Amino acid sequence: MIGVLAQASTTDFDIFVQTFFKATALGSLYSLLALGFVLVYKSTQTLNFAQGAMALVGAWFLSLVFIDWDFPARWLPGPNWLHWIIALLVAAAMAAVMGMAIEKYTIRPMIGQPLFSMAMITLALEVILRTISFDAVNLTTRSLGVPWGTRIFMLGGARVAWSYIAATAMALLAFVAIWRFFKTRMGIAMRATSFDQEAAMAQGINVSRVFSIAWASGASLAAFAGVFASMSPWPSGGTANRDGAFFVFRALPAVVLGGLDSVVGALVGGMIIGFSEIYAGQYLANYTGVLGVGYQQVIPYLVMLVGLLVRPYGLYGTVEVRRV
Amino acid sequence: MLEIANLEVVYNEVILVLRGLSIEVPDGHIVALLGANGAGKTTTTRAITGLLDMHDGKVTKGSVTFDGHRIDDDDPSAIVRSGITQVMEGRRVFAELTVDENLITGGITNTDRKALAVAHDRVMTMFPVLAERRKSTAGYLSGGEQQMLAIGRALMADPKLLILDEPSLGLAPKLVAQIRDTIVEINTAGTSVLLIEQNARMALSIANYGYVLETGKVVMDGEAEKLLKDEDIQEFYLGLHGDEGERKSFRDVKHYKRRKRWLS
Ligand SMILES: Nc1ncnc2c1ncn2[C@@H]1O[C@H](COP(=O)(O)OP(=O)(O)OP(=O)(O)O)[C@@H](O)[C@H]1O
Ligand SMILES: [Mg+2]
Repeated sequence: MIGVLAQASTTDFDIFVQTFFKATALGSLYSLLALGFVLVYKSTQTLNFAQGAMALVGAWFLSLVFIDWDFPARWLPGPNWLHWIIALLVAAAMAAVMGMAIEKYTIRPMIGQPLFSMAMITLALEVILRTISFDAVNLTTRSLGVPWGTRIFMLGGARVAWSYIAATAMALLAFVAIWRFFKTRMGIAMRATSFDQEAAMAQGINVSRVFSIAWASGASLAAFAGVFASMSPWPSGGTANRDGAFFVFRALPAVVLGGLDSVVGALVGGMIIGFSEIYAGQYLANYTGVLGVGYQQVIPYLVMLVGLLVRPYGLYGTVEVRRV
Repeated sequence: MLEIANLEVVYNEVILVLRGLSIEVPDGHIVALLGANGAGKTTTTRAITGLLDMHDGKVTKGSVTFDGHRIDDDDPSAIVRSGITQVMEGRRVFAELTVDENLITGGITNTDRKALAVAHDRVMTMFPVLAERRKSTAGYLSGGEQQMLAIGRALMADPKLLILDEPSLGLAPKLVAQIRDTIVEINTAGTSVLLIEQNARMALSIANYGYVLETGKVVMDGEAEKLLKDEDIQEFYLGLHGDEGERKSFRDVKHYKRRKRWLS
């Protein structure tokens, strides 16, 4: 009660602004995960249900590199935040290698199998990776050494966590990077391959390399999402947490809503889901009696359902996807 | 020089489609490969370019040799690098990519920037329509423009041998004439051509030599002029028999069937 009184200067508008940043951040995380999912789906027509577990493993990689190995502070002088960013990039690179290995040893041998079998394999991977993350490496208690920790800043009367800004910036960077990559020779080869594999092969495009790169980028994007989703003040708060898995699974509605094969769809779908979840959580809280506790976790699926009723193949999904 | 000797191709381990096919494309020549629907023309190009795999097809006998090397076991990328490119049946341009991006895919095996620039310039001069629409999405081009793009794309790798699978399909007579002239121009510049056609008159009018394929075997071959005068050929392939119009439209429908994917 006293805490509420102390914040008496927080106006409705401030709350709206606070909610806005939180929603943008969550939307960014969903978008990041969705982007990785879309890249993999577009290139290899595989629904990668392991995307969430890959995110967790990515967070574990960061903890391993930054905390356990004390990399790169051990050799490199300089500010903590710089070390952290370098460690993050190393973790993302490790995730990329993991993605390539997964593609090479579990997906490629299955080429030509029905979509369903492929999806089952990625589901199995999900379970395996998640089990490793929790039981083998005890992920729950690991710190990620986030430089800004739990710090917040004031925007007028609104309290905004630096984590929110960081997540949004990260997603922005990732989308710009992918956008630019798509204009490079390799990126063009990837788009060509996802459009018409045989025609791509006929040009001499090495499609195995394309698959490999798609999975590598999917896994790195997952790692970024995993790291930024494990920060305070997200429920797990600064450690990689078991909740992360469920958190990450909620990105699926974003993918489906945006359209399985659309990069723009990943961005828009992620944002719509993030916004509806956070705003519903903020403004419908008085109706928990009717809606039930934890209703905001159902919101993504509700929004997805409504979206699919209007546009059965997602907002930006293309005609080709209809065959699936 | 491309040599196909006694080639046998089987799909799905049971469907025998090519039964001892033998053809040759000498350097600098245009060779026409004629045949009705289902004769095995496209299968022949798949066997040459390493694309049988993804159709569950296999060479079970015979060989494909290019410049003295066996290529029937090579992957498509290696075959492109050895100097063979193709204009696929049904054009198969990357509709979501721009004209320039399509051309980049064609030059993907070519890492020499200067050579790429030269190849690109050549395509632009050959097809001024494409030069005007470099940034347009390929899917919005007309059928004729897409065929030009498909040809331009195949030229980006600077091939020694160009295979064209029914390039005149579905095009108006004026465009067919233009494509024909383009093929001659490409050949004059030093590229050998294997021209697959249902439009036998067009193909034989520019070819040095021709083969007629029927159910996976060569049933007739000879100098192009001789074939052009042959009565059987006239009857079956030059439209003096049966109504071409109906056949055309039926075939057009066939090419709107969904593109195949080997990963779905
Ligand atoms: N992927 C495949 N699996 C099984 N059979 C196939 C496959 N592709 C082609 N065939 C069969 O092989 C035969 C030859 O087909 P191909 O496409 O080579 O003929 P074509 O001469 O190119 O015909 P068209 O003029 O219609 O293009 C046909 O009977 C066809 O049904
Ligand atoms: Mg054919």
